[in-house]
Amino acid sequence: MTTLAFASILIMSAMGYFIGRRRSLAIVNGERYRLHSRPVYHGAFVALWIGIPTTLFVLLWLLFQYSVIDSLLIGSMSADLTEGRSGEQVQLILNEVKSIAAGNFFNIPSPEIQDLANTYNALVAKFRWMLVASAIVIAAAILLFTLSRISDSFRARQGVEKVLDGVMIGCSLIAILTTLGIVVSLVVESLRFFSKVPFYEFLFGLNWEPQIPIREGQVAAEGAFGAIPVFTGTLLIAGISLLVAVPIGLLAAIYLTQYAKSRLRAFIKPLLEFLAGVPTVVYGFFAVLVVAPAMKEWGAGIGLDIAPNSAIAAGAVMGIMLIPFVSSLSDDAISAVPQSLTDSSLGLGATKGETILNILLPAALPGIIGGILLAASRAIGETMIVVMAAGLIATLTLNPFEAVTTVTVQIVTLLIGDTAFDNPKTLSAFALGLLLFIVTLFLNVIALRIVQKYREKYD
Amino acid sequence: MEPNMSTEYLDIANLENSNVEQGRPRSEAAETPDITLDTDLKFRARNIDVFYDTNQALFDVSLDIGDNAITALIGPSGCGKTTFLRCLNRMNDVIDICRVTGSVELDGDEIYTDKVDPVLLRARVGMVFQKPNPFPKSIFDNVAYGPKIHGLAADKTELEEIVVNSLKKAGLFDEVKDRLAEPGTGLSGGQQQRLCIARAIATQPEAILMDEPCSALDPIATARIEELMGELKESLAIVIVTHSMQQAARVSQRTAFFHLGTLVECGETEQIFTNPHDDRTQSYITGRIG
Amino acid sequence: MTDILDKIDSKALHDWNSPENRRRVQKRYARDRLLKIAGLTAIGLAVLLLGILVTSLLYSARSAVTQSMVELEYFIDPAKVSRDAPERGSYRSIVKKAVLTHYPEVTNRRQQRKIVKILSGGVSYLVRDHVVANPDVMGKTISLKLPLSDPFDQLNKGVIRRDLPENQRRVSDKEIAWFDVMVKKDLIHNPINWGLIFNNDSRRPEVAGLRGAIVGSFYILLVCFLISFPVGIAAAVYLEEFARKSRMNDIIEVNINNLAAVPSVVFGLLGLAVFLGFFGLPRSAPLVGGMVLSLMTLPTIIIAARAALKAVPPSIREAALGMGASRHQVIQHHVLPLAMPGILTGTIIGLAQALGETAPLLLIGMNAFITSDPGSIMEPATALPTQIYSWADSPERGFTSRTSAAIIVLLGFLVIMNTVAIILRQKFEKKW
Repeated sequence: MTTLAFASILIMSAMGYFIGRRRSLAIVNGERYRLHSRPVYHGAFVALWIGIPTTLFVLLWLLFQYSVIDSLLIGSMSADLTEGRSGEQVQLILNEVKSIAAGNFFNIPSPEIQDLANTYNALVAKFRWMLVASAIVIAAAILLFTLSRISDSFRARQGVEKVLDGVMIGCSLIAILTTLGIVVSLVVESLRFFSKVPFYEFLFGLNWEPQIPIREGQVAAEGAFGAIPVFTGTLLIAGISLLVAVPIGLLAAIYLTQYAKSRLRAFIKPLLEFLAGVPTVVYGFFAVLVVAPAMKEWGAGIGLDIAPNSAIAAGAVMGIMLIPFVSSLSDDAISAVPQSLTDSSLGLGATKGETILNILLPAALPGIIGGILLAASRAIGETMIVVMAAGLIATLTLNPFEAVTTVTVQIVTLLIGDTAFDNPKTLSAFALGLLLFIVTLFLNVIALRIVQKYREKYD
Repeated sequence: MEPNMSTEYLDIANLENSNVEQGRPRSEAAETPDITLDTDLKFRARNIDVFYDTNQALFDVSLDIGDNAITALIGPSGCGKTTFLRCLNRMNDVIDICRVTGSVELDGDEIYTDKVDPVLLRARVGMVFQKPNPFPKSIFDNVAYGPKIHGLAADKTELEEIVVNSLKKAGLFDEVKDRLAEPGTGLSGGQQQRLCIARAIATQPEAILMDEPCSALDPIATARIEELMGELKESLAIVIVTHSMQQAARVSQRTAFFHLGTLVECGETEQIFTNPHDDRTQSYITGRIG
Repeated sequence: MTDILDKIDSKALHDWNSPENRRRVQKRYARDRLLKIAGLTAIGLAVLLLGILVTSLLYSARSAVTQSMVELEYFIDPAKVSRDAPERGSYRSIVKKAVLTHYPEVTNRRQQRKIVKILSGGVSYLVRDHVVANPDVMGKTISLKLPLSDPFDQLNKGVIRRDLPENQRRVSDKEIAWFDVMVKKDLIHNPINWGLIFNNDSRRPEVAGLRGAIVGSFYILLVCFLISFPVGIAAAVYLEEFARKSRMNDIIEVNINNLAAVPSVVFGLLGLAVFLGFFGLPRSAPLVGGMVLSLMTLPTIIIAARAALKAVPPSIREAALGMGASRHQVIQHHVLPLAMPGILTGTIIGLAQALGETAPLLLIGMNAFITSDPGSIMEPATALPTQIYSWADSPERGFTSRTSAAIIVLLGFLVIMNTVAIILRQKFEKKW
């Protein structure tokens, strides 16, 4: 049915195109030169004015249709079904009604539910027809209106171009809308969270136990939401990953840009790019399959007890993931240093190594630091590796051989399979997400600014 | 010193030398110098060919360069004059795809052999580049860089003396004596270029190669540099690549004209500019090619 | 002061070839070499790690390349399967009979049940599917090659070693003896495991496949492409060709750069709160997944498209403007066609990133357990990376090798996409 709506828009637009074109020609009796704009533009003007607003209308309709139908359905529930039930339970009834309406029976439904399911199906069908009908009506209205504007002096080309301008500006604004959407949704849900859990407890509390209380010694029945152990875990793993990635990535970039012959470069660079293109879920599995068992075994060999989901295993694998990132950003920073600077150092009789350490690296330092900040932001926001390889329990420790948890791990585990937005457990994920967003945004802005300033210096 | 030191030394030199072929005389005729010098001979280049990958940039160039004199290399863009300049302190070695054949002697010693370490060679033959390019360090550290890496100063006071004297010789000391700790990039263009000259002479070189040192400067700053070059030539050899024929005529005693990778003509500056032997030189100095 | 000046002037001051100086130079070169070696080590390490990553995945995936099958004769007994509704019937007993004919000596029911478990629990459904597809086999005996259950699959491939003590392996000596009966009768085969790609997901590793995930990922990428490609081009054209320097446009620029670095999990939160929570779109649907990923891909595409537009020399624009074309016409007729290869390259690279994205899809529920492939973009589905995540989380031994194999399938798709992008770039890249 949605397809029918879009198809009718397409057909109406095509009709509008041909009618508009013919109309413009008819007005001047086929003497094209008397038209301000070519007939094609008259047609396109009509077609665009039909197509774009109607499509937007249909999309908006589709976006809101489900929530409108839901509320209508809830409204039509008899009082004894909704009475004394929480929003969550009503939601459950709604889900049951929908699955029965879709024809999935698990057992014979009660007549009430069956009635509701029939109502639901009827509502959906009605909405579908209303959608198609109103789309066609709107399109027809626009068609009549735009046709009335066509004349020999009508500036159809400018009209078309103005519409295109509007579309392009709208598309550019999507980036801002996305950011706004992120900020608003995170802030709204976080505020709901902070109305249940005090802000200072979240930021400075030392206990993170958001689970439903099932074991003994749980701090509070609602769970505890002190995020400090989660933060320390995140920083510990990110720190380990940077300790792995920065030296290797930086040295690799130095070698590739300064020492390597072009043939080696041509061989290594695609390999690093491949490493950069590997999805993080693959690194996560690599950590579980190879690195963590190897570390545990190695630890046992020297009498060290390394947890199977230790911070060091997750951090090391994240470090591997970051190597190509650090290396390519360092490469950019080093390559931006003007050749004349290294040349004059070499011209004074410095060795290559002296030139790199004394001249090249200090000159490239801002760019490299910017790159490291970006890498740090990635390490903090990286999700799949830690979800698979790090722990779930928040332990307040800096011991890399123990299991710690991270912000991203908590977000994912708190939200998987649970969409009721009214308990602190799921809401806390949004508070963590807000914090993650702020911290990474802060790091990115600073890093991008440093890198940009640095580029300007040598441009 | 260990007995195996010399072999070790050769190995080290090989690191950078691997892409340089041994010098070899090509023709008998080229053995005779093509100009007569009234000063001591500093560089003696013979049959220099330079290739970038498969493109040949210099063709069989033979040139003598005298001590305590300024030799100007002129010619249109891309004629190979900078390439030749970079042969004199083996700066071409640092370019991966660059290959040099032929022979260059410095004070009678071949520099294109494994025995010569390019790092030490460059300390003896300094270089100043087209664009003033002070290191992103303080003025003091810029000048002290060369002496530091080569270990020319036994202690801090000696280093300070070298720095101060180099700045004095470059005519920059009075302008910067109060801000030696400030970054060298804060100076004006002309000052920066004089700082680069001070940096180059701080290692006590025997020759300085200048690659269009004034092309980025205004006329007043250019005049200062030219004056400075006149002073410096009393103690060392200067080779300058320049686009400006007036500059070549003003500062140099000897001029070599390059065209399309070959050395067309070389002689006393006055003779080149007043009575060139070759038609191409004539065309260039009268503005018909270039 | 003056004698220092003299010192510098005197050429004999520094003997560059003195033994001390040579030693010094030697030391300096040693340091240089150290740096070089450190750099080479770093590169070697990176290559080594990549090697370990790839080989360990390949090594782990090797046992998922084939699937142990047993070839048995199944008698489709009309007494057990109704002719009118072949999907309903006691296929379990048909399978049991087919297996037990090879073990006439075993009469103990518990032992019989154990023997049947050599075959995958999914076998009865496979027989059913076969009968439903070919109703004329009713009453006949058919020979089918069907998968072994996971432990015997592992045993057959040597992953479970027979030489281990009995209490350390998942199959007992007796079970091995029963299994060997089939081996002796030459009933066990090891064909290539095409089911890995063409089957749907299952809790039983021996019949689990990626079909649903591949279809799901395809739908997601389709939605992602349909949204981000036109929007990305429109935004890039506006920012590069039309936007004047203004505060608003600066904000848009900064925004795009920052969006490119926002952690992917945050986009998942956005999708969860806005698309699922606010708009009430269905959970686990490829439509939502594609929408979330298109927001992530958009910055990549916009940045690549702007670079491609920038690479078109202004002379072409000026030439067309000089002919009296409007700015829109110039872009439509000249600039966009010339920039299109670059834009496509950026788009493919962006889509390849989207294909590997996992975290945002987890948050919108695309790790659901779904045993049929989605029929449309509104039906619940999984995607390749989320399927990998679910399999990696599964306790069954057989899923380990299947996860590795699934990763290799995913990497294969990524390599193909990137190769296409590189070829496109090389083939159409113009030097101006």
